[in-house]
Amino acid sequence: MTLLRVESLQKSFGSLNVTRDVTLDVGAGEKHVIIGPNGAGKTSLINQIGGQMTPDGGRVMIDGSDVTRLAPEQRARLGLARTFQKNTLFQRLSVFENVRLGVQARFGNSFDLAQRAAARTDVNARARDVLDLLRLTALAERRVASISYGDQRQLEIAVALAGDPRILLLDEPTSGLSPVETRQLIEIIRALPSHLGILMIEHDMEVVFSLADRITVLYYGEVLASDKPDVVAANERVRDVYLGASF
Amino acid sequence: MDLFVSQLLNGLVYGLLLFLLASGLSLIFGLMGVVNLAHGSFFMLGAFIGLSVVSYTGSFWWALVLAPIPVAIAAAAIEILLLRHLYKRDKVDMVLLTFGLSFVFTDLVEWGWGKDTFSLSEPASLEESLEFLGGYFPQYRLAIVVFGLAVALLLWLLIEKTRIGAMVRAGIDDTRTAMGIGLNVPLLLTTTFASGAALAGMAGVVAGPILGVYSGVDVEVLIPAFIVIVIGGMGSLKGAFVGSLLIGIADTFGKAYMPEASMFLIYAAMIVILLARPHGLFGQAAS
Amino acid sequence: MGEFVFFLLALAWPFLAGSYGTGLITEALIFAIAAMSLDLLMGYSGLVSFGHAAFFGVGAYALALSGMKLGLNPWLGILVAVMTSALAALIIGYFCVRVSGVAFIMLTLAFAQLLYSAAVKWRGITGGSDGIGGFDRPQIAGLSLNDPIYMYFACLLGFVLSLWLLRRIINSQFGHALVGLRENETRMRALGFSTDRLKLCAFVLSGAFAGFAGALYAIYNSFISPDALSFAQSGMFLLMVVLGGVGSLLGPAIGAAIFLLMKQFVSSHTEHWLAIVGIIFVCCVMFFRSGVYGFLKQWLERGART
Repeated sequence: MTLLRVESLQKSFGSLNVTRDVTLDVGAGEKHVIIGPNGAGKTSLINQIGGQMTPDGGRVMIDGSDVTRLAPEQRARLGLARTFQKNTLFQRLSVFENVRLGVQARFGNSFDLAQRAAARTDVNARARDVLDLLRLTALAERRVASISYGDQRQLEIAVALAGDPRILLLDEPTSGLSPVETRQLIEIIRALPSHLGILMIEHDMEVVFSLADRITVLYYGEVLASDKPDVVAANERVRDVYLGASF
Repeated sequence: MDLFVSQLLNGLVYGLLLFLLASGLSLIFGLMGVVNLAHGSFFMLGAFIGLSVVSYTGSFWWALVLAPIPVAIAAAAIEILLLRHLYKRDKVDMVLLTFGLSFVFTDLVEWGWGKDTFSLSEPASLEESLEFLGGYFPQYRLAIVVFGLAVALLLWLLIEKTRIGAMVRAGIDDTRTAMGIGLNVPLLLTTTFASGAALAGMAGVVAGPILGVYSGVDVEVLIPAFIVIVIGGMGSLKGAFVGSLLIGIADTFGKAYMPEASMFLIYAAMIVILLARPHGLFGQAAS
Repeated sequence: MGEFVFFLLALAWPFLAGSYGTGLITEALIFAIAAMSLDLLMGYSGLVSFGHAAFFGVGAYALALSGMKLGLNPWLGILVAVMTSALAALIIGYFCVRVSGVAFIMLTLAFAQLLYSAAVKWRGITGGSDGIGGFDRPQIAGLSLNDPIYMYFACLLGFVLSLWLLRRIINSQFGHALVGLRENETRMRALGFSTDRLKLCAFVLSGAFAGFAGALYAIYNSFISPDALSFAQSGMFLLMVVLGGVGSLLGPAIGAAIFLLMKQFVSSHTEHWLAIVGIIFVCCVMFFRSGVYGFLKQWLERGART
């Protein structure tokens, strides 16, 4: 079942085409990985799917309905969640409070002025569950600014998962992590709920091939290939322009 | 018809005076991200210093030339001693700082010159009126139009055609890039801030015979100048020019034809434009 | 604990301090409410309003005019003042929350200036720059706010009530969402928060509290002029918040008190009150960014450790 569909997406800044006629699908339970050299337009694509950037043409569909013109928060309410590569978390808040806000967005009532947030046991309990799932419980009371970079990357995923999304966009979740942290993060991504459709950008080929159900190769804004990992790995053009360098 | 033409002239005069203020404000904002709430103070300070120069020398022209100098020096000192240390902090800190400074300047001016409203007399050579298009037009106002347009042209040439201008534009696009390609950014920032202030000080002298010179004129001119750059788009010289003329003319006609509603007119213009184009007419959305 | 001591002192104050001191603290309590209302925007939501005097002034004028023109009971007048300020904040906020950062600063400033010039120019209604005065003060069961002591206790009650309500708001899920907004708006939207509605709601609440303070101010002085809406007044509120400590609620209240005490002291010694305000402003921003509250907190924590 297709959860997320991107259809003939177009985006350019002046003469620079960052997205050219990109079409791809993410199904329930699928881990779809986008690879491509720097400047291939990967993050721009994620931003257009998330709603942080508006495409010039084409469509983004969630569950068959067109969301191209919807604001990020409206897409989030349809079950789309994302992580950011560079955007910081809620730096001055605790790890728990970061996740709690993610839970509150979906399960709480942000226009409730009267009840104390601490009294919403359902929201707090779910936040603790998510922290458990991501193995962050020990850090719950620490301020984000004071935890390690690797833990922050994990928290990124925790915050995105907090609202129980159906589609998760991960923008280079392992960038800047040590090999040990990377392996740990792969385990975490593997253990995510199986109904989740995941679209992730990744550079590390080891990670890509150990996780991907499907790989899409972007090259200067264009889809070069989109298929099962072994088929993509065998693709001549892909080998020429991209993989050749790292194999 | 007579009234219409003379109102148009008055609108142009007011608009070009606003431009002298708004252009500096807008370039400073574009380059440093500082919303300079003391910019009106530079205008006011220029006007008062001009007043004193006139009373010593008896010449308006000396005032026009000399008054901007101490204003520029004060501005350079503010940039070097205070603002420079805040560039890495939250932008709000800089706004608060200039807000505080505007109080200091108000007090300074009231201390030095008192709380009265003074009138700066226009230069003797421009006291007459010219007759054309079937009406009489004060020479001084015509001179302001010529002066304002000349300054606009010079600024445009400076920004678009010279090396310094290229540096300013690079800085507005991205200060870090500008640092990366080896521009002397601190000097560039000080110079821009001081020049913008000098321009505001000069505007204070030029506007003296029309708006009067008093403590409180700073806020009086600062708010419309803000509206101008909100409308025109922050950091855009073209936006400051178009916005200034738009506000100058709209405000003047409003006062002439709908005196009751006039004060809402420029605010209404601002709201409408902001709703249609949140980054102003010529502004670029920060990505 | 510290707060309880303060509260006891506040209860005893009018009997210890005499009429001059009582009046001073009455005024401090009123400004403390306004400063806390600004802190809700500035400190908790990250929305720095440079035109907060607008709502303070609207509340003050609403109280004065509802009494003088409509003949309303002054108690009802307070309610009218709060509602009018909230409505003004709703209309102004509707436009302001669409923009962020610097444009927000300028828009709030411009709207406040608009109301200021309206108050100056509509002489028929507002009395122009002369202001209006001589309206009735509320009374209940023979206790009239004409008596400075009752006025003091009314303001103390208003302050405690405001502090309690604002704390309640900050500790609610709404309050938590505001803090998220302050920290990272892009992230909040990606999580599914309607950030514009949150901001508008904060703006209206803040406006309502500022209007409440404005109404008390009008009652206290039995007079109101456009100064209450002025650029300078907005600046004073900002200074109270920055001086006391942004984002601590009690800090801005302390800031308001220090500000007024300082004003009394300085104005009786020199005419350069405004320059001193400016210099304090500059010093706070440059060297003392966490304010009095932040400083006290650090100092107490250091004391606790050693």
